[in-house]
Amino acid sequence: MNYSSFKIIHLDNGLTLKFRGELTLYNLMRYKKEIDKTEFSKEKSVVIDLLELSFLDSAGSIFLNNLQKKLELNGSSVEIECQNRDVFDMLELIRSQKATLQKIAKKPKRDPIEKIGEKSYKTYLNFVYFMAFIGELFTHKLRYLISYKNIRFKEIAFEMNECAIKALGIIALTSFLIGVVIAYQSAYQLKLYGANIFIVDMLGLSILRELSPLITAIVIAGRSGSAFTAQIGAMKITQELDAMQTMGFDPYRFLVVPKIVALMITMPILIFVSDIMAIIGGMVVANLDLEITVDMFLDRFNEVINIKHFIVGIIKGPFFAFLIAAIAIYQGLLVKDDTQSIGFNTTKSVVESIFAVIICDAIFSIAFTNLGI
Amino acid sequence: MNSIIKLSGVRTVFDEKVVHESINMSVPKGSIYGILGPSGCGKTTLLREMVMLQEFHGGDIEVLGHKLKNISYKDAMELRRGWGVLFQYGALFSSLNLRDNIALPLVEYSDLSEAMIDEIVAFKINIVGLRAEDAYLFPSQISGGMKKKAGLARALAMDPKLLFLDEPTSGLDPISAREFDSLIVKLRDLLGLTIVMVSHDLRSIYDTLDHVAIIDNKEVVYEGNLDNIFSVENQFIQTFFSGMKR
Repeated sequence: MNYSSFKIIHLDNGLTLKFRGELTLYNLMRYKKEIDKTEFSKEKSVVIDLLELSFLDSAGSIFLNNLQKKLELNGSSVEIECQNRDVFDMLELIRSQKATLQKIAKKPKRDPIEKIGEKSYKTYLNFVYFMAFIGELFTHKLRYLISYKNIRFKEIAFEMNECAIKALGIIALTSFLIGVVIAYQSAYQLKLYGANIFIVDMLGLSILRELSPLITAIVIAGRSGSAFTAQIGAMKITQELDAMQTMGFDPYRFLVVPKIVALMITMPILIFVSDIMAIIGGMVVANLDLEITVDMFLDRFNEVINIKHFIVGIIKGPFFAFLIAAIAIYQGLLVKDDTQSIGFNTTKSVVESIFAVIICDAIFSIAFTNLGI
Repeated sequence: MNSIIKLSGVRTVFDEKVVHESINMSVPKGSIYGILGPSGCGKTTLLREMVMLQEFHGGDIEVLGHKLKNISYKDAMELRRGWGVLFQYGALFSSLNLRDNIALPLVEYSDLSEAMIDEIVAFKINIVGLRAEDAYLFPSQISGGMKKKAGLARALAMDPKLLFLDEPTSGLDPISAREFDSLIVKLRDLLGLTIVMVSHDLRSIYDTLDHVAIIDNKEVVYEGNLDNIFSVENQFIQTFFSGMKR
């Protein structure tokens, strides 16, 4: 039953705006357009006729109030005719509120230079805080590992299962496929020169030294790093971390150190698995594409690949693990008291830890080359 | 009596556990109606059922003339615009500032101009007792009491006839809680609202409520005003209200 309507009635001595039915935020804009089209400046007196108005909401009331003010500024006299008690109360309510109402100031616009400055300063602060976090970890918190009774074996075991054992499948599969792809791509080139057997040297060196540690680190950063951030962030929002602290449980001891330790222990193992699977992948392609039998492959492998290459790859594991866990946990602790920041910090955690792993890998690369390893 | 909400024989079951056996109550127009009872008796569940956040398993609920069982999508949407809900912790959208939080229903459901919305928001902010300069703060930057006020302003954005409050004073200090109580009564008088709330706060119950329904043992054991509350023999009523008995 939409019986609401609006009419402008021109009389000799002025105008009448006749509202009928309801004036609410749903039909307000339609009436406003009509009123805006009307020329009021010549009118001496305007009557706002609300006699047949049955319902007025606060938006409508604000609108009428503004209209009245505007007309009065133009020099017309305005009269509101109203008999309905509710409508009258609503008008009165707005009128009395208007007296004390403060306008909401528009948000000040900021210029781009200020924004750039703020952003760079924040980035700088972020770095400083991360360093402070690492510093605290080393000076205060790693002592939890010194005394035997402070080590949380149960938590460490739990984390090892969560972030390593359960990740074995995906790491094995990814590594196998990477081995297949690398071997397949290089087989074509090697065949051109008839240097088929050198695929063993190539695969052995690249996979053991670089590819396996990196792939493992990237998968773990995406899988466990994000989980750490989200978990700790959620705990922060629900004030669980505060609760732990007030009960005298240091969250570092219960959450942070076990996660870091678990990841540092399991990362070399994961890299080892990744090594095996990637080499198997390469071996399959060598067998099918280059006609190098498994025996030939392993003989050659034994001959040309020194154990040190394997060790170099494995050694990187704990370092990568530390970076991933530390960044993920740090980002989790940075989560603010709103749901959006969990997503934001999780993204940041993954991106930053992969970046950190690659930087760390580059440093290792330079160091090992200069050391002649 | 002109009732805005009517529950008849509402039954709620979680898995095997029966929460409500058969709840009957009716909320008179223009009243402040409280749902009380021992913790775990399903007060909040009942409130959630009334605002269609949760299914019930028997009986019927009628809100603003619509039966909630098998309600059509269109009716449900109309109903959702016709009421306001204040959650226990405000449940403000954390990615929006207060102004945008309050403006959101107006922006989504009406074609009002930006300037008009600004004015309406300023009015709502003023009426719940927040300050205009708070409008650009984010929910994470304000106190619990302010969150509730902002949540109330958002619930009032569309000028609802009916307001649901879930423990409006819990987590507030006594001064803010009393302030909030008088705000609720003031809003009811000013805007002619009908208010349904769940509360544990005895002072708030005595200061604001005109009608109460007390739920215990899966049933409504008392419905009416607070004066005759001791006419019913019930363990919960005796212990809960004994502090107010003189």
